[in-house]
Amino acid sequence: MRTDVNKINETTPYEDLTEGLIMFAGGTSKDFMTGEWRTNTPIFNAEKCKQCLLCAPVCPDGCIPVKDSKRSEFDYDHCKGCGICEKACPFGAIEMIEGVDPCKEK
Amino acid sequence: MSKKDRMSGNEAVAYAIRQINPDVMPAFPITPSTEIPQLVSTYIANGEMDTEFIPVESEHSSMSATVGAEAAGARSLTATSSCGLALMWEELLIAASNRMPCALALVNRTLSGPININCDHSDGMGARDTGWIQIYAETNQEAYDNFIQAYPIAEDKRVHLPIMICQDGFITSHAVQNIELNEDQDVKDFVGEYNPEEYLLNTGNPIAIGPYSISNYAMEARKAQEMAMENSKEVIIEVAKKYKEKFGRGFELFEEYRTADADYIMLIMGSAAGTAKQAVDDLREKGYKVGVLKLRVFRPFPADEIAKALSNCKAVAIMERTESYNGHGGPLASEVRAGLFENGINIKAVCYTYGLAGRDFTVEHVYSIFDELKDVDLNNKKVKQHRYINLRTKEEN
Repeated sequence: MRTDVNKINETTPYEDLTEGLIMFAGGTSKDFMTGEWRTNTPIFNAEKCKQCLLCAPVCPDGCIPVKDSKRSEFDYDHCKGCGICEKACPFGAIEMIEGVDPCKEK
Repeated sequence: MSKKDRMSGNEAVAYAIRQINPDVMPAFPITPSTEIPQLVSTYIANGEMDTEFIPVESEHSSMSATVGAEAAGARSLTATSSCGLALMWEELLIAASNRMPCALALVNRTLSGPININCDHSDGMGARDTGWIQIYAETNQEAYDNFIQAYPIAEDKRVHLPIMICQDGFITSHAVQNIELNEDQDVKDFVGEYNPEEYLLNTGNPIAIGPYSISNYAMEARKAQEMAMENSKEVIIEVAKKYKEKFGRGFELFEEYRTADADYIMLIMGSAAGTAKQAVDDLREKGYKVGVLKLRVFRPFPADEIAKALSNCKAVAIMERTESYNGHGGPLASEVRAGLFENGINIKAVCYTYGLAGRDFTVEHVYSIFDELKDVDLNNKKVKQHRYINLRTKEEN
C-alpha cells in the first residue's frame, strides 16, 4: 500500500487516498505553505540590522534562516506574521506591515 | 482439542489474552473490568506471557498508549468499562480514523448518573459512532470466543479498524459458568503473528500517522473509513466460519433462536438473551410461536440481514439496555426500524427499555412482553413506545 504521496492531490478520489491518510514520507510539513495564513508581514531592513540574532530563536515557526552567524530574508512560505520578531529586535530592523505578500506591499 | 473449565467472563477474556500474547497492554482499572488487566499482569508476573504491560494514570492515557503502540507496529489492546470508556472518547475516534487494528475488552457498565456500577449498555452504545467494530456476548464462552476472533477481523487488510469485544458487567464478567477453552497453540495458530506492512518503527521507511487534514481530504478519508466498516461485515462472517471449522463453536452476525416459524420475536443483545431464550422455551411448551434474535455484531450494523430475518414475523420487541434521551427510543430500535422501513417490511415493532443500571430482567418480564406483542398484533392494542420494564410507577407506564 506504499504510495507516492506526491501523486495525491485535491482531485484524488477517496479510493486512491492512503489508508488513514498515512504519509509515506518524512518532513513533509515544509511543503505545506502555511504562510498563506498570514495577515501581517514582517519586513527586514538589512541596513538597520546589527546581526545580534535575537530575532531568530524567538520565531515560533523557524522562519528566520541563519547561516554563518548571519540572518537572511524571512521564509515567507511559512511565516505567519505573528510579529514576535519585531518586538525582539532592539534596532528597529523589522517592521510589521498589513497584508500577505511583502512584494506587493513594497 | 479443547478442555472444559469454569470461569467468569473476565477470567475467560484474560485467558484468551494470555493465549494470544499481544505485544502491549496499557490499562487503568475500573469496575467491573479491573480483573482483566489484573489477571493479565499476574500471567506476566508468572512468566506465562510476555506482553508489555503499561500501568497508566487514566483511560485517556490507556487508549492513547494503545494507539501509540499500535502505530509503532505492536499488537495492542486495553480493557475498560463505563466512565473509563467515556474518558477514552477522543482516542477511540483517533484509533479508528488512523485505522489502528487494536482491541478493547469492554465490560459493559452504566454511565453516570446517578452513579452506579452495574450493567447496562450505555457505555458501548455511547461509543457506537466512534468507528469501532462492536461485538457483544451473551456468555463468558462467547466473550472468550469473540476475543480470539478480534485480531483476525481487525487486522484483515480489508478492515484495519479497531474492535471492541463486549460482555455484560457482573452478569457475565463476574458470574462463573462452564466454558470450553482452546489449546494455547491452536489459538496462536488461529490468530497468527502480527506483521503490519507499515508502522512507525519501520527503520528506513518513514511514515507519518494522523497528519492534519485540510477540508479537501477529510471527507474522502471519512468515506474510506466508512467503507472499511462496511467491508468488515464479510470479514467477521469469514473469521467466524474459520473459527467454527477449527474450534467447533459457530457464530453469525446474530443468532436466530426458534425464529423460523415465530409470530413474535424479541430482538436483544448481551446476557439477557439467555433469559429471553429460557422464556421462549417455556412459552413454546405452551404453544406460543415465539423466538429470539440475539444481535452479536452491532457495528457494522446488519440492518438488511435483520430486516430479512424479521420479515416473516408479525411483531418484534426491540430491547434497549440504554436510554438515548431523545424521546423516541434507543439506538437499537432506531436502527432496526430504519432497516425494516428501508426494506419495505411493515411489521409491528415495539421498543422496550430494560435492565438499566443492573435492574433485574426475568423470564416473567419476557412473558409479559410477548403477551403484549400478541395483543398488538391480534387486537391492534396501542402501546407506548420505549416503555420501561420493571419500573416502579404510579400509573401503568
